[in-house]
Amino acid sequence: MKFLENFFNKYKPLFDEGGKYEKLRPAYMAMYTFAFVPGETVKKGAQIRDAVDLKRVMFTVVLALIPATIFGMWNVGYQYFTQAGVAFTNWEAFVFGFWKVIPLIIVSYVVGLGIEFYFAIVRGHEVNEGYLVSGLLIPLIMPVSIPLWILALSVAFAVIIGKEVFGGTGMNIVNPALLARAFAFFAYPTFMSGNEVWIPKPENADAYSGETLLGALGQGNHIAYTWKDMLFGNIPGSIGETSVLMILIGAALLLFTKVASWRIMVSGFLGAALMAFIFNLWGANPLMNFPWWQHLLVGGLAFGVVFMATDPVTAAQTRRGKWIYGFLIGMFAIMIRVFNPAYPEGVMLAILLMNVVAPTIDHYVVQGNIKKRMKRFNKQAA
Amino acid sequence: MYKTVKISKGLNINLKGDADRLLQKASRSKMYAVKPNDFYGITPKLVARVGDRVKVGDVLFFSKKDDRIKITSPVSGQIEEIVRGEKRKILKILIKPDTEDTYKEFDSLDVAQADKTQILDQLLESGLFTYIKQRPYDIIASPDDKPKAIFISAYDSAPLSYDYDFALRNRQKDFQTGIDALKKLTEGKIYIITNGNTVSDFEKTEGVEIIKAFGPHPVGNVSIHIEKFEPLDKNSIVWVVNPVSVALMGSFFSAGKYNPEKHVALAGSKVKKPHYISIIPGADLSDIIKNDIEEDARLISGNVLTGQNVTKEPFLNYFDHQITAIPSGNKPRFMGWLPFFGENRKSFYRFNLSPWRKVKYDGNLYGEERAFVMNEEFESVMPLSIYPTHLLKAAILGDVEKMEQLGIFEVAPEDFALLDYISSSKIDTQDLIRKGLDEMKIQLG
Repeated sequence: MKFLENFFNKYKPLFDEGGKYEKLRPAYMAMYTFAFVPGETVKKGAQIRDAVDLKRVMFTVVLALIPATIFGMWNVGYQYFTQAGVAFTNWEAFVFGFWKVIPLIIVSYVVGLGIEFYFAIVRGHEVNEGYLVSGLLIPLIMPVSIPLWILALSVAFAVIIGKEVFGGTGMNIVNPALLARAFAFFAYPTFMSGNEVWIPKPENADAYSGETLLGALGQGNHIAYTWKDMLFGNIPGSIGETSVLMILIGAALLLFTKVASWRIMVSGFLGAALMAFIFNLWGANPLMNFPWWQHLLVGGLAFGVVFMATDPVTAAQTRRGKWIYGFLIGMFAIMIRVFNPAYPEGVMLAILLMNVVAPTIDHYVVQGNIKKRMKRFNKQAA
Repeated sequence: MYKTVKISKGLNINLKGDADRLLQKASRSKMYAVKPNDFYGITPKLVARVGDRVKVGDVLFFSKKDDRIKITSPVSGQIEEIVRGEKRKILKILIKPDTEDTYKEFDSLDVAQADKTQILDQLLESGLFTYIKQRPYDIIASPDDKPKAIFISAYDSAPLSYDYDFALRNRQKDFQTGIDALKKLTEGKIYIITNGNTVSDFEKTEGVEIIKAFGPHPVGNVSIHIEKFEPLDKNSIVWVVNPVSVALMGSFFSAGKYNPEKHVALAGSKVKKPHYISIIPGADLSDIIKNDIEEDARLISGNVLTGQNVTKEPFLNYFDHQITAIPSGNKPRFMGWLPFFGENRKSFYRFNLSPWRKVKYDGNLYGEERAFVMNEEFESVMPLSIYPTHLLKAAILGDVEKMEQLGIFEVAPEDFALLDYISSSKIDTQDLIRKGLDEMKIQLG
């Protein structure tokens, strides 16, 4: 790798202070630190440091998303060919989906990273790694037929309004990826819901039925999928969220490496299960009667709880807070989807809501600690 | 009866180069430096002038705020230079040593008969008082303090730990004398923290409470034990003294001379034969240990978590008991950030697929500074009942009230050393806490 090192060293003076492209230094550093962990040594504080940095952490989340992404590509093709009624191989399904999904991923990264680089250069600080994850999350929670311009607009909105106005990764209040989806959902509802957005429409299909499972339930329609389909994920839905199995593989990686909080995942599923169970007992409509454990398999609940709720920046920060935060996400997700069939996106709304509430949860948890301390502090003094 | 303390949060980092229990006397250094910065919380008022001849124990400078607190020379010789920095701040006082030390004579004192004032006066006169630190603020104590307890940690749980039992193995009498003297300075108890997994000579100390500590680093840090046994309130102060300092005090009272020479561990993977050396604080290390250290080393006064990089100006800090040499780590690593394939160290995370492989810890920062993103990593190494992320954010903002509420009085920078190490955001948390404590001191006096 001497060659690459020399390459970077050769152009380094241009970006150093006083260099011709001094202002573009953040961009140069982003590329350089991607290729190399710099030789920079500790200035102050502990003299040795763990080899983990945000690049490693964020990249691990990207790795964890890969199974769901690949499955999502296959599922796009599978749904399409099934609707079209033609014979196909798994490989053909994957290739078809690949070419449908890749443009979305490219647009998401190009627009998002472009904005991130711009802000880094204007502000003169480093490009943060946070968008590595958001850039893949956003296409995965969109319907495959979303026009690229809506995607680009959503990404821009999420990165600028959701993140950069607060100061970048680490300062944002709500999850940027979910904000992108919420933006698209409320600004362009016709592209984001209904029966026709989840599957690329075959040209000459007569009986075309691409509604999602929750959509069907909401309308009181019969659902043709078994729980095995829901677990495996060959059902219509946003690109990456359908396969609970693939999501759980990603979850296993996140939990093994300890990148994501197991407390949030466990409490999220617990909250959802409990809420769905209560509705089962109530049983006033088909959505309420939908078995509680199947509620956990659909509507992107697993994807939301595993990849979105666990975002360390927007989640609760304290251990006790995480239990409460996760549990409420699960409960609200089911409650919203059951009470308001027009919003099968219960998970998205629940997480966004809890993102906003998370600092308050933390506040009360920390306040408990403070109260105990101040009581002791002042009692002994008296 | 022993008290026991057991913690589970923390982290043991195993570094190569633990010092053998073997003692060598260091050769005499060509230059000694006393750095006012080592005496945290003291603004120096110089007594010594360039060209003055000093004996061991002669006053070099005293505290501007309290002229009873004196800092004395560790070595006899001639003041060579007073190095100043920005705003004429005194950085170090260089002393060119005589070939042999001559000592200033103090009256020896029968500790058993002496009263508090006599002991305090003697400690102040000799400069030994500056070996006492106070909590809150983690600064040098004040003679007006009425400490409600004194904590002595004889258990160094940090990496390449210092073995107090070895270092003080022939000095039990001095240590006991020192304890007896300290006992007169507090109405409360004296606690000694020992490693619960071994039998320690310190357990035989009379008139003290022994705490046996179990668990990972930072279990040897006094903060954990203060929180448990003598939690601080608004008006209380606790003193902290190192066992080596206690022995120095003891020998001072019985012999009537201040001799700061002590055993220092020379450790780390860049040390050819790690061992203990007997050395005077302030010594220029470059000529003393030149032959012990391999090339391209990062030289640290202190341990790898709380020490200071002294590669450029290799003087042993006044209160440090350890010299550590590790690889400098100034080489870039191709895609070193990759999970599983890049380098792995002891971590909160599980990226290491071959934990049996030995890792060489070096001084590389391993990443760039970022905003706080991850939080469980901090909590995993913070055994105190505080919320580290919240406290650090309050410290960044300089919010005095919030810092007090979140428990800054209960911590010292050393308690955050593991957070420095473990942070994926590469934020210098010890520095933030130090600044936070300073801010508290300024605002609240």
